[in-house]
Parts: sequence; structure tokens; C-alpha cells
Amino acid sequence: MTRVRELLVRATNPTATVFVLLVLVFAGVFAMNPGFFEGPSLMAFLKQAAPLVILAAGQYFVIVSGNFDLSVGALVGAQVVIAARLIDGEESRTVPVLIVMALFGIAVGLVNGLITTALKVQSFITTLGMLLVLYGAIRLWTGGAPTGSLSEAFRTPGRLGIENVPVLGQIPWALLIMIAVGAGSVLLMRTRFGRILMAAGDNERAAALSGARVGTARTIAFILSGLSATVAGVLIGGFAGVSAQVGDGLEFTVITAVVLGGVVLGGGRGSVLAAMAGALVIEALFTLFNQMALPSTLRPAVQGAIIIAAVAYAARRRTRPVPTTATATPTPS
Amino acid sequence: MTRRPGADRLGTTALIYLALAGVLAAGAVATAIDGGNLFATANLVDMLTRTSLTGFLAIGMTLVILCRSLDLSVGYTAALSSLVAATTMDGQVANIPLAVAAVLLVSGLVGAFNGAVTAYLGVNPFITTLGTGLIIKGYLDTQYKGPAGDVPALFQQFGYTRIGPVPVSALVMLALAAAAVWFLRSTRTGHHMYAVGGDVEVARMSGIRTGRTLMWAHVLCGMTAGVAGLLLAARFGTGSAEAYTNLYELDAIAAVVLGGTLLLGGKGGVAGTVAGVAILAVLDTVFNVMQIDPFAKDVLRGVVIITAVAIYARRQLDRTARRPRFAEGRAS
Repeated sequence: MTRVRELLVRATNPTATVFVLLVLVFAGVFAMNPGFFEGPSLMAFLKQAAPLVILAAGQYFVIVSGNFDLSVGALVGAQVVIAARLIDGEESRTVPVLIVMALFGIAVGLVNGLITTALKVQSFITTLGMLLVLYGAIRLWTGGAPTGSLSEAFRTPGRLGIENVPVLGQIPWALLIMIAVGAGSVLLMRTRFGRILMAAGDNERAAALSGARVGTARTIAFILSGLSATVAGVLIGGFAGVSAQVGDGLEFTVITAVVLGGVVLGGGRGSVLAAMAGALVIEALFTLFNQMALPSTLRPAVQGAIIIAAVAYAARRRTRPVPTTATATPTPS
Repeated sequence: MTRRPGADRLGTTALIYLALAGVLAAGAVATAIDGGNLFATANLVDMLTRTSLTGFLAIGMTLVILCRSLDLSVGYTAALSSLVAATTMDGQVANIPLAVAAVLLVSGLVGAFNGAVTAYLGVNPFITTLGTGLIIKGYLDTQYKGPAGDVPALFQQFGYTRIGPVPVSALVMLALAAAAVWFLRSTRTGHHMYAVGGDVEVARMSGIRTGRTLMWAHVLCGMTAGVAGLLLAARFGTGSAEAYTNLYELDAIAAVVLGGTLLLGGKGGVAGTVAGVAILAVLDTVFNVMQIDPFAKDVLRGVVIITAVAIYARRQLDRTARRPRFAEGRAS
């Protein structure tokens, strides 16, 4: 009996809520379409979901350290356009362009981080400004519509995978990249850097007084977010092709995903796995909407209602002024 | 307690008006080099017309940001309001008062929902208002495929009439701003907003009903978005769901922050916000007169916003460093 209660308590903590939600949404999808859980269609789902999950991991670092990154959507769009313009269909340019993109992602993250930490501009404003700059600059550079095209090699990670696997059919490269990013993120959060990041979000002053380089850690978080947008850009570009609009509004979807994962805006609480699961929930929700043939115009409304309800549910415990739970250390994993 | 923020604010507000004068001067020089005149009547009208819409939204946004909250749904609320206004008026002059009342009611209810979910369910306002915005977007997209309703010519005057170079809508915006300044400085709820934004726990322990204060801020913010919707309806002559695509909420937030109000709440005021709105309007007009590429405009805007806030932040560095509440755990 006590074990059941313990399980219930664990299931209702904000981090676990997202996994319960994931099961619920998947159950809904399964009820609508039992065939969804057969290998190939599940793999197709994961391939499509991978970019958002990877972005969620990057955004997690920024949010948990007490900031926002609103520029990721614009950065994803920028990366896709940059890739198309620079590669311009030439296979041999794939690797150099990938390096350029990674450097660009790092540079954007570095600028975001330095303006936020060294100039003390609120990250909301820094990254909002960066969003405007990237949005305008990319369209200015291409004259409104993206030009050029991607190479086959560039599109491979987003489109293809290991073929002819029994049961599953194809294991997409995107899924493997997603798993690698997830594993890397979990490991990173267990290092000294991860702990400093969490401490910086929880109590900046205490972290600084205990000798942590809060500014450096936060800047690195922004760089990781920039890199995640780069990886997501490669996958989305490969999967969906070239369009300057691919990233529009993505920043809000990603932040929603991270918050659904029980990560608290303002920092200091939440796990990266839960944040990535939050992204999976959102993608699964979109799949569910598809299965239900919900009119596309109505989807935002349902999405909005679910987000508010889920976060309100997760916030229910935190709102009570119980000091023991308020100071509890965030669950690792 | 209530005097000191007032004294501080004066200094910051003066600085922002100086910045506005600086932007005006720089804009005038830039346009003069380009062969134009920033202070030609047409340009002045353009500038002032631009202030009113963002102004309405930014006034309400100032109230919620002062309470350490945020409203990302104002663009959607304004679009919804424009439709409510246009469909209720339906071309009849007699329906105007009813339509205005309906708009204020609907937008106030949206604000009340935002406030209630944020204050009583403990949902972060970023998520609450993003969700509300999505819900309204879903409703608008489903219900209205195109423009709807008809605004009588009399009400369209609100969008177009000018007294000299000054549009009526800008005057209404300034009057509303003056009312908001009075509200924040002289009413109990206004003072409570600073207290709640400063530190919610301390405010609660001092006997302030923090939830109710936050509700008020959100309701008023919703209603100013409703007024913005009325202006949209008057300008377009019809209700338009498409209005939300312009991301007015980000403009409004940028104006508030440019106006020296801290995103962390508890500090700032509407007087600064008006200057912030004016700075953005001057920039837009200058870009227009100089015929700068629209995409370059976005880049310049982004750079100006970051630079301005970085300059304010420099001034506040010492003060913020000593303020304990930034080091406290966040309540939301």
C-alpha cells in the first residue's frame, strides 16, 4: 500500500508528470491507430520529432541557468538558408559548410551569452533582439527568398538511416543523433559544469559567492543552445528542404516543451531528460491531432489549453508554501 | 517605501527622454543627409500614428511587467477585439457604444483568465499567456476565414481624424497613459503593483492581496489590448483576424523595456514606456523616410533595442548588485 502511494507521489512530481503525459498521449494515439507502434511508423515519428527534442535539450541548458533563448527559431531558419546558399548543390562543399554552420551557431550563442552576462541585458531582450537581427539579416542576404540547394550528403542525416533492420525497418540517423545528444546532455549535467549551471539558476548569488563562474557557465549554455539549433537546422533542412520560414515560431514551441518537462522558467529545477520528453509530448500531440483529423485551425487552441492545464497541474505542488519541498534538490536523471 | 521608487524612477525616466531626444536628433541628421526632413508634416503624422497602437498595448504591458508578469497574448486579444467590435457594430452607428462595451468586456475577461491562471494556479505567465494566445488563435482561425463585420464611418474617425498633425488616436493614447501614470502613483492598487513586482512574498506578508493585484494588472492589460483592437477596427474598417501575425506583443514588450521598466518587475513606469514607444516610432519613421530595406530595419531594430537596454543596465549595475531579491529563489 505504501509502495503504491510512493509511486503515486513520484508520478505526480513535476518532472514525472511529463512521462505520465507522454504515456497518456501515446495511449490516445494507439487507441486511434494501433498500427502506430509498428516499427516503421514509430521510426518515422521519431525522425520527425528529433529536431524539436534536440532543440529542447539546448534550450534546457539556457532555461535551467535562469535565462531564455528566443533566438533559436530564427537561428534554425538562418542555418538552413546559409547551408543552401553556401552548398549550392555541390557535394564537395558539404563538410566545410557544416563546419561554417557550427561556427556560426557557436558565434550566435557566444554573442547572446556575452551580452546577457557581461552587459547584464535581460536574456529575453538579448535573444529577442538576436531574433530580429537574424530574421532581418538572413532575408537581407538572400533578397527575400532563399537561394541555392542542399547536397545529398547534407540531407542524409535528416532523411535516411540504417536500412533493413529487422522489425524496425529503418533506424533514422536523426534518432541516433537525438539519442547521442540526450546521452551527452545527461552526462554534461552530471559534471561540474552541470552543477554550476543548476546552481546559477537556483541561486545566482550563492553560486557566485561559492566561487562558481556563473557568467561563464551561462555563456556556455547559450553556446550549447546555438549548437543545438545548428544540429536541428541540419536535420530539418534535410528532412523538409529549404525554406526561410522553417524556424518561425519554433522558439515558443521549444520553450513550451521544456516547461512541459517540468523545468521551471527562472532556472534551478528540472532534468534534461524530462525536457526532451516534453518535446516528444508535443510532437506526439501533433500526431494525435493528425490521427483525430482535427481541423488544422483548431489545433493551436487545443495545444494552448493542454499546455496551460499541464503546467498548472505540475505547478500545483510548488504553489503551496511548504519549505521542505521548495528547497528539495532537483531529481537527477 | 513608496516614495523611494518614485524618486529613482524620475532619474531613469529623464534619461529615457534624453535618449528619445538623442534618437530624434540622430534621425533628423540622418534624414537631412539623405535629403529629407524628419519634421515635415507628413513624417510627423506618420510618427505619431505609429505611436498609438503600440502605445495602447505597451501601457497595459507596463502594468503586468511591473508585477513581474508578462502578457504574450495581447496581439491575439487585439485581433479578437477588432472582430468583436466590427461584428457588433455591423455598420450601425447606434451600435458603437454596445460594441465598445462588448470589446472591453471580452478583452477584460481574457485578461482575467490570464491573471487567474497565473496568480491562483501558479502557472508561469509566459506559459499562461502563450497558451491563451494559442487558444484565441485557434478560435479566430476556425471562426473567421477572412475579414468580418463592418465599422461605420463615424467610428473610423477614431483611426483617421487628426487635430493639426496629431491623430486623435495618439491623443487618446496619451490620455490613457496619463491615467495610468496617475493610477500607479496615486492609487492603492497602483502602489501594490510595485510591491508585488518587487517581492511577492514580502508583499503578501505586508498584507497585500497579491493575487488580486496581479489579476487587476492582467485585466487592465487585456482591456488596453481591447482598445488597441478598437483602433485596428477603426483603421481597417473591418475586423481582422490576421492582425495577430504582426507580433505586436514583442513590440510592446520591447517598448516597455526601452522605457526603463525592469522585466523582473517592481521598477519603472508608464511615463518611460511612452518614451519607449516614441523611440520605436521615430526609428520606424526614419527608416521609412530613408527607404531602408525592410529586412535591414529588423536588424537595426534588434541592435538598437539591445544597445539601449545594455546602456540602462550599465546604470543599474551597482544598484542591482545590492538588491537581495535577485538572489532569492524565484517564486514562479
